[in-house]
Amino acid sequence: MTEPAGVLPRVTGLAGYLLAIADDELILGHRHSEWTGFAPDIESDVALSSIAQEEIGHARLFYEQAAALLGGSADTLAYGRSAGEFRNAILTERLNDDWGYSIVRLFLYDRADAVRLEALAGGTARSLADLAAALRREEKYHLLYGEQWLRRLAGASDEAHARIQGALDAAWPEAVGVFEPVEEERTVVESGIMTLDAAAQAERWRREVTAVLEELGLRVTEERGGPGGRSGTHSEDLTVLLGDMTEVWRAEPGATW
Amino acid sequence: MEMIRTETALESRIWDVLHTVEDPELPISVTDLGMIDAVDVADGHVRITLVPTFSACPAIEVMREDIRRRVRELPEVQDVQVDLSFARPWTIARMSERGRQRLVAHGMAVPAARPPARPVACPFCGSTNTTLENSFGPTLCRAIYYCNDCRNPIEQFKPPHDS
Repeated sequence: MTEPAGVLPRVTGLAGYLLAIADDELILGHRHSEWTGFAPDIESDVALSSIAQEEIGHARLFYEQAAALLGGSADTLAYGRSAGEFRNAILTERLNDDWGYSIVRLFLYDRADAVRLEALAGGTARSLADLAAALRREEKYHLLYGEQWLRRLAGASDEAHARIQGALDAAWPEAVGVFEPVEEERTVVESGIMTLDAAAQAERWRREVTAVLEELGLRVTEERGGPGGRSGTHSEDLTVLLGDMTEVWRAEPGATW
Repeated sequence: MEMIRTETALESRIWDVLHTVEDPELPISVTDLGMIDAVDVADGHVRITLVPTFSACPAIEVMREDIRRRVRELPEVQDVQVDLSFARPWTIARMSERGRQRLVAHGMAVPAARPPARPVACPFCGSTNTTLENSFGPTLCRAIYYCNDCRNPIEQFKPPHDS
């Protein structure tokens, strides 16, 4: 027989870590989906809808892995928890505000996600490493898309540049929050499941994104902040989002469609 | 020591069934797409390993259920488990020549199975004078090009990005 699908090691903190990734992907995927029908051109309408579908699909795969450790199912984890139980970075739950903010957030988040996936792809948990390696090949299209739009807007009129700078000022501290460790993340790193800890991942991400931002004449305001999401502290934006997103599921939990 | 195995009659019947399970969104079977990584049989218990093209593709669950149901109909089969695997990820080289021909006949551009990458050829007029319009299309595995000669939009089968 072929080897069975990988069984996850019972490492303290791992379920929480997987939930944090899944929550990031689900919540940001939901925000991207809000552009369906409203993006500035039809190509972007299709692109954001596709990216949303992909992030939500990736969330599902991480929820399934988390459910294997915690019990329950991907659906109960996605739809059956209150805002305080979500572990997504606050960055991902913020309203789209305008196209410039959405593009800046997409750029910053997907660059962070790429660093995170690379750390998992090199790790020791076979099924997670394989999954992360596969997702990186899919996410590459998101990276190209985000950077292309960032360059286009930052290099357009003075007004466009100013609005992108404003979006960056708003997004940056909360983007740093993507690397806020979850509880007992240390154990996950020590087990070898990740090749880099949160601080080293953040450092690498910061170096990579600031190289692009500086080239485009954008300034990063060095301020720390935006943490809390990983321990369940969220803005009102998440409560409203969950109310919308889970409305049908709550009408009859466990229904099959 | 690993024994050299030959395909049993049941395994061969399972493959025959798999050849008839199609992607719900494209005229191509799961075997021509190269999505079946392994078929393992032990005492009527069947385990099939399925490799997604794009992990978030909503058609995966449809194909998974079709495979489960159709293979279960074979009289010698007691139960069927279809596992997703990313251990040997999907690449365009996994698609069969027959599958490629069917997609081209359906009006899609399909990238070369192996490097070097070649320009996207228009499935309608054959021209390579084509331009990428959108890396994202109607499904996760399609991009949109435009043929500058016959002036048709083109759907290209888009594999995950290898770079």
